[in-house]
Amino acid sequence: MEKFLDLTYNGLSSGAVYAALALSLVIIFQATRLVNFAQPAFALVSAYTAFAVIQATDSYWLGFGAALVVGALAGALVERVVIRPIASKSELNAIIVTLGLLLVVQGVIGMVWGSREHGLRYAFDYKGDFSPADVFAVASIAVVAVLVFVLYRFSPLGLRMRAAAFRPEAARLSGVKVGLMLTAGWAIASTIGALAGMLAGPPFLSPHSFDLVFVFAITAAVIGGLDSPFGAILGGLLMGLAMSYVSGYVGPEVATLAALVVVVLVLSLRPDGILSRPKARKV
Amino acid sequence: MRMRRGTPVAAAALALALMATACQGAGEVTEGEDADLAVATGVTEDTITVGTHQPLTGVAASGYSPISRGAQAVFDYVNEQGGVNGRQIDYVVKDDAYDPAQTVDVTRELVDEEIFAMFGGLGTPTHSGVLDYLNEEGIPDVFPASGALVWNSPEEYPLTYGWQTDYTKEAKVQGQYIAENFPGQNVGFFYQNDDVGTDSQAGLDQYLTDEVVAREHYESSVTDISAQIAALQAAEAEVVVCSCIPAFMANAMLTASAMEYSPQWVVSSIGGDTRTLQGMLAAFSDGAVEGEAADAFLDGLVITSYMPRIEDPEDEWAQLFIEVWEDYREDDSEVLTNTHVFGMTQAVMFSQALLEAGEDLDRQALIDTLHSIEWQGPSPVPFTSSEDDRGGHQGVYVVQYQAGGDIELIQDTRVTDNAGGPIEETDFTQLSPSELAFHD
Amino acid sequence: MSSPTRERAEGATAPTSQGSPPASPKAGFWKRIPSPVRNLLLAALALTAISGLMLFSSDLSSLRYAAVGYTLLAIAGLQLLVGGSGQVSLGHGAFMMIGAYSMALLVLHLPMLPLAANLLIVVVVSAVAGLLVGAATARLHGPYLAGATLILAVGLPGLAHRYHDVLGGSNGLRIRVAGAPPGLENLVSDEQWTSIVVWTVVLLALAVLATVSGGRLGRRMRSVRDDETAAAMAGVPVGSTKVAAFVIASTAGGLAGALQIYVLGTATPSIFTLALSLTLLAVLVLGGVGSMWGALWAALAVVYLELWVSDLAGLLEMNSNVENNLPLVFFGIVLILVLRFWPLGIQGIFQRLAARRRLSETSR
Repeated sequence: MEKFLDLTYNGLSSGAVYAALALSLVIIFQATRLVNFAQPAFALVSAYTAFAVIQATDSYWLGFGAALVVGALAGALVERVVIRPIASKSELNAIIVTLGLLLVVQGVIGMVWGSREHGLRYAFDYKGDFSPADVFAVASIAVVAVLVFVLYRFSPLGLRMRAAAFRPEAARLSGVKVGLMLTAGWAIASTIGALAGMLAGPPFLSPHSFDLVFVFAITAAVIGGLDSPFGAILGGLLMGLAMSYVSGYVGPEVATLAALVVVVLVLSLRPDGILSRPKARKV
Repeated sequence: MRMRRGTPVAAAALALALMATACQGAGEVTEGEDADLAVATGVTEDTITVGTHQPLTGVAASGYSPISRGAQAVFDYVNEQGGVNGRQIDYVVKDDAYDPAQTVDVTRELVDEEIFAMFGGLGTPTHSGVLDYLNEEGIPDVFPASGALVWNSPEEYPLTYGWQTDYTKEAKVQGQYIAENFPGQNVGFFYQNDDVGTDSQAGLDQYLTDEVVAREHYESSVTDISAQIAALQAAEAEVVVCSCIPAFMANAMLTASAMEYSPQWVVSSIGGDTRTLQGMLAAFSDGAVEGEAADAFLDGLVITSYMPRIEDPEDEWAQLFIEVWEDYREDDSEVLTNTHVFGMTQAVMFSQALLEAGEDLDRQALIDTLHSIEWQGPSPVPFTSSEDDRGGHQGVYVVQYQAGGDIELIQDTRVTDNAGGPIEETDFTQLSPSELAFHD
Repeated sequence: MSSPTRERAEGATAPTSQGSPPASPKAGFWKRIPSPVRNLLLAALALTAISGLMLFSSDLSSLRYAAVGYTLLAIAGLQLLVGGSGQVSLGHGAFMMIGAYSMALLVLHLPMLPLAANLLIVVVVSAVAGLLVGAATARLHGPYLAGATLILAVGLPGLAHRYHDVLGGSNGLRIRVAGAPPGLENLVSDEQWTSIVVWTVVLLALAVLATVSGGRLGRRMRSVRDDETAAAMAGVPVGSTKVAAFVIASTAGGLAGALQIYVLGTATPSIFTLALSLTLLAVLVLGGVGSMWGALWAALAVVYLELWVSDLAGLLEMNSNVENNLPLVFFGIVLILVLRFWPLGIQGIFQRLAARRRLSETSR
């Protein structure tokens, strides 16, 4: 029983990280209809920024803030400079371009910080069952989820962003600055990506830290439903728990296989993810 | 298109030969002749070119890329002193990203670029893929960097010479040390799920039986090891042997500390690089214990070791390595670790062999030298590269890390074999840098 | 969800029928040959040329040509899946892994079995694997399929660790295969011979792929790619067409994996990584989706791009961190720039050049 509880806590806290990254993927998918392979790049840039700032100032929260700011800027910049010219042309091309971006960022980080692992602190004490650091991870995801919900449902900005994503022409006619809205969507998503980086980065940061985390985040977003922010969070927690249990009861080498099984099971029942809307939109 | 008369014949012959290959047993290999070793490929009047494959990028780069930088610094030092027998050592490092497919390619490329020998090719899965090739081509395969048992197969791989104390020998000494010094305590194993784990357990199990309460493994691609550490804790393991790389030693210590679990850690040489561990763990110590960074985690850590250690201020080799690193490192911010020392120690020994092989250097001369040389350092552990034993380092000594950054020698070098043989003490002492000739 | 490749469909496939080189002026006679025979003839011709080239190449070059060969086959299979049926798979490396491990197990446990038999068994095994994956994913579209195949590529190597007694864990399986046949040892080296064997299989397989792609199945796949609903209304069995595309792609991938271990002699989980699967798709798009020539440029890029850049980086005196990471960064930048300015990839560039030349010729 104790083992079960341990594995549950553990699954929840790693699931929270997958959920955060999955959420950022979903937001970008909603804005641009694109699975953003550069998402771990934003997380990497942010986490390394935080690492550098923490080293220089010895203040975790300065580093944390810097990470979020850099994440937001990176997202906006990438949308403007790299994505916008190609996104409308072909989805596959856009995916590959984001992949190219990831390679560039991983390479540049390797150039600047080398390939070795750097210790990155947790936000709070990491000791104990469901430690303050774990609580922070889960709580910050919950807060972000609520913020995203409020933003999209109730705020004028959120409404404009949705309009810009789903009916760009109509939105443009009614005075929405569609381009700006897309940039805002990317900035928000990459800020959440940065948060995910700060949660997934510790304890050790290296250029490949987020590779697998990102794979699980994509799977989380897919099983949750790429159009559903809550699906992303649900999917993230589900992946975290499934892999924690399998890892603990069967063995760590089959954790990724378990993820595969979860994906196959979920998608064979619901091909558009758990929380997809009943009628899939055909574009 | 008009064909010349010869073309159909050639095409038919080719087709016939292809048929023959298609129908021949794919695994039926015919042994080739022995390669000619009386050649001095890669050796000129004033240079010797040696090659190596190392993970400089990719996921394994974080742990292993310091090795070749350490070796490079020593070769630079040797060259500055005049090289060996008037020749400069040209050390060509190719990145294989720890991907065996790339190892095959870069090794071929090195051979194509006419290296004299392969030196310190890194990794078991990677280097295994080029073992046959190097031996068939007659390329001396000196000191592959891993503790796999296969490097010591003189019959099958006559040109391959192991270097690292193999995992089984090391684990035997660990097992004996634990049985003698922590009698009656519960022991847990935490190991990497590959030959490191299997070979280590083969050694540990010879000395530890009923004490073993848990065996947990990790997969190097999965960084979350909470489940395994929790299992060790639940089994009440008081001593945990970690047959793992530094990243997972650090991870295990951190995870255990998160669970407020503090067993006596015993770590193999591959994971016992305290400088690397400090670098990784420093961010988490919160100044709870006075002294060096990460002392809260590392204090009391028992490490088996076979090379000189840079934590030891008395050791003359360590001093030399520190100086060489200061002078020849490329990046002034890079801290010297025992992982660098791995490459540095290898480089010293290889230079020594090249020097002793004499001015008329060819591959046979190097092989003969390896068979006859009497190794006397830099490691304080006897070393063998004889005709029929290519086991490299024959044992380990045991140290314990002390808060403040020092290490204490707690058991002198003991040697053994990787089967059921006894563990023996030895009166081996290494020569100092000034006594050991490894450059002009 | 629109097909990811619809936009490029016309531009890329119109000028050449897939797999065959641009039609020559004397196309009348050529066109009358049934397409399987035509493709086989082309394959034979290409094989003769490549074998000739091989005889004048060093061992290292021969092996790199072989690498181009098996990579080409893997990408050509992916081409049919992505460009042909519009299903984006991020897990193609998984099929290569299945092929490589099957081949290794066959050679290790049944060394007497002829190479041709081994390859046939690999074809069957990987076809079955493709059938399973294709059937499991036939209802998925777009990014959902991408996500599912991505986790396939990441999850599958777990099997090698789980069953390490049979599959060798992280050290994988190693095989040795017969080299040049007796009587030819003095004429060709083992490496040259291996490479010729690889290209023989690759070209045969490509001929089959081109035939399939030009035939009824190919047309069905393209109609599914362009609009599933319309295809279904026109009587195309959408589900089984998609599964068929998966089976063909996985067979090509498996065969490529088998050829890879035939050349390299080693198969480990660390060869069949996430990076491999992503690279295969990335270079396919870089080379140009929708034409077999694109797959060739893609394969050349996989084998040579990094080599050239790291050679170049070696010449410049740079900090080693910078030098080591330069190929990665360069590859990323190439992806971004090429797709930014030439959305149809390298093949698109060539086509544009050819079109421009034709235009200037006619206007003269």
